[in-house]
Amino acid sequence: MQYLDNIIFLILLVAGFGLFGKSLSKIYRNIRLGREINRSDRKPERWETMTRVALGQSRMVKRPIAGILHLFVYVGFVIINIELIEIVVDGIFGTHRFLATIFGHTFYNIFTVTLEVLAILVVIGVVLFFIRRNFYGVKRLTMKELFGWPKNDANWILIIEFALMVAFFSMNAADHQLQGAYAAHPIPGSFPISGILLGWFSGFSEPTLHLIERTAWWFHFIGILFFMNYLYYSKHLHIILAFPSTWYANLDLYGKFNNLDSVTKEIKLMMDPNADPYAAPAEGDIAEAPSKFGAEDVFDLNQVQLLNAYSCTECGRCTSVCPANITGKILSPRLILMKTRDRLEEVGRNIDKNGKFEDDGKKLLNDYITKEELWACTTCNACTEACPVLLDPLSIIFDMRRFLVMEQSAAPQELNLMMTNVENNAAPWQYNQADRLNWAKD
Amino acid sequence: MDFTIKTMAEYAAEGKSPEVLFWVGCAGSFDDRAKKITKAFCKILNKIGVDFAVLGQEESCTGDPAKRAGNEFVFQMMALTNIEVLNAYEVKKIVTACPHCFNTIKNEYPSLGGNFEVIHHTQFLKQLMNEGRLKIEGGAFKGKKITFHDPCYLGRANGEYEAPRMLLEKLDAELVEMKRCKTNGLCCGAGGAQMFKEPEKGNKDINVERTEEALSFEPKIIATGCPFCNTMLTDGVKHFNKNNEVEVKDIVELLAEAEDL
Repeated sequence: MQYLDNIIFLILLVAGFGLFGKSLSKIYRNIRLGREINRSDRKPERWETMTRVALGQSRMVKRPIAGILHLFVYVGFVIINIELIEIVVDGIFGTHRFLATIFGHTFYNIFTVTLEVLAILVVIGVVLFFIRRNFYGVKRLTMKELFGWPKNDANWILIIEFALMVAFFSMNAADHQLQGAYAAHPIPGSFPISGILLGWFSGFSEPTLHLIERTAWWFHFIGILFFMNYLYYSKHLHIILAFPSTWYANLDLYGKFNNLDSVTKEIKLMMDPNADPYAAPAEGDIAEAPSKFGAEDVFDLNQVQLLNAYSCTECGRCTSVCPANITGKILSPRLILMKTRDRLEEVGRNIDKNGKFEDDGKKLLNDYITKEELWACTTCNACTEACPVLLDPLSIIFDMRRFLVMEQSAAPQELNLMMTNVENNAAPWQYNQADRLNWAKD
Repeated sequence: MDFTIKTMAEYAAEGKSPEVLFWVGCAGSFDDRAKKITKAFCKILNKIGVDFAVLGQEESCTGDPAKRAGNEFVFQMMALTNIEVLNAYEVKKIVTACPHCFNTIKNEYPSLGGNFEVIHHTQFLKQLMNEGRLKIEGGAFKGKKITFHDPCYLGRANGEYEAPRMLLEKLDAELVEMKRCKTNGLCCGAGGAQMFKEPEKGNKDINVERTEEALSFEPKIIATGCPFCNTMLTDGVKHFNKNNEVEVKDIVELLAEAEDL
């Protein structure tokens, strides 16, 4: 029975990662429900952007307080994951502080000190984040649109991270006391923070210390597995998806909106005096599925837009700079992404249940995102400029407007008038094109 | 105008081509306020002897408002027609006083077959100044407080923040920056075809919010580089009954004034 621990450990490890893999594959499947989009060009620039923005956090520091606290949690998280390697090896093989044997005494001391310092920075970060979010009243974090799950989710993440760090410190402190007082071997590692924080462990007996150490160790391990699987249900998915989202980000100037090729083809045909309007379509064209203009549901959005929806961490920097939102309109770019994600999740559950998507009588348009929101956008790109991970809520708004106008002719009356004027008079106002140079005669 | 504005057709008839095509835009052609910007720009070009032409009756809307409202059909109809005209005249360089025209021709025409060098009028004037062709004698605005409102489609959309500021600095005025400027600039409320419709229900209009911010610095002049921003901020200033104290002016109008044109 001496291997029982190791077996339980291995089962948990496999189950934890297996479940996580399953969640990821579901997300991957859902994202692929969107239209394909070619974003594999300019590869060096994409790697550079991802490194700078996702890995380097370059856009987070635009708001210095949130940026620095986030940096604590982020760097802490990344480095502390090296600890996970040690936990896994120790867990499977029943070793203790396996990395110490590899690193050697000095380097292992440096390693553990680094972890301790980062862990305490994480604690400071999450505690301040918690206070900021719940008591300090940062507007974008206390808006009505976050009530319910989004707010609880944010708090759960902070609580879990806090608990994991407490377990980490307890484990180190107990181990430190245990090794120092009872073990024959020299103490591997150096623990300045847990030594201070949990100095009261010094009076405990050997079995108690051992129990604390093991409990904290298991808590830490199971906590990590739990947290990993929690990601799927949480805005915290951004810790993974920020990377592909920045890699596949739109690299063009913000002002460059895409031109629909299907429309170009038709207009060129219309303008071509030699075109035969009754000609049978060319061989290749028949197979082409009749495409919809713009987006009515998640299936009409492209895969990067759906990836964006999953990557949004609901920080609300976009909404806080949106001129429409600032002046009290119901448009919130954050909510556009959140609703897209909600709808995509619903479609995913539908597929899980029925094997394929069965019409549920709902659409992203109207059932989730209203026309009023869509028409309030000034396309100013403040939202895309503000996003720390280069998400593009504006492109979703824009594609849905296209659907409203080109498929449903459902633009506000004044815009219909403007568009008719452009079409007939080549100006948004009802002036005669022949009068275009009248100003020169005044 | 006390000099003649020549069209591309006239140049072509003479077998010549101008240094630059001035794309006037719909606002610049028809809107009474924006026409003043158009004229001020022409006066400056005329004074320094820049050989320029306009399309006149052959110009159409670039399609920007239709596109951003979601009507790709009308947009491309306009775009392809304009591109055909521009290509027929073998136009190489275009200057425009409207950031929406500028953005559309620069970014959205190339994939439809229209490849031109397009610059905003502030960029063009900056070029002329660097070449020594445009000289601004300061003085007229000495010590006057001016704040500049970044047009979204010049600034954030195309990354041009410097050219308008450089011109304003040459005026010797006291340039004050709003908190929301450059990449963080706040929209005037007209973009994305909002110019042509009533805003959605809210607490206040976007142009009022923006004007409020500008007025908090008690400027003499709010400078713009876009006919739509100009309209929105002028309305905003009127909203606060400040139209006797504060002027909303395009940068070229200020330059023309400085030169007493």
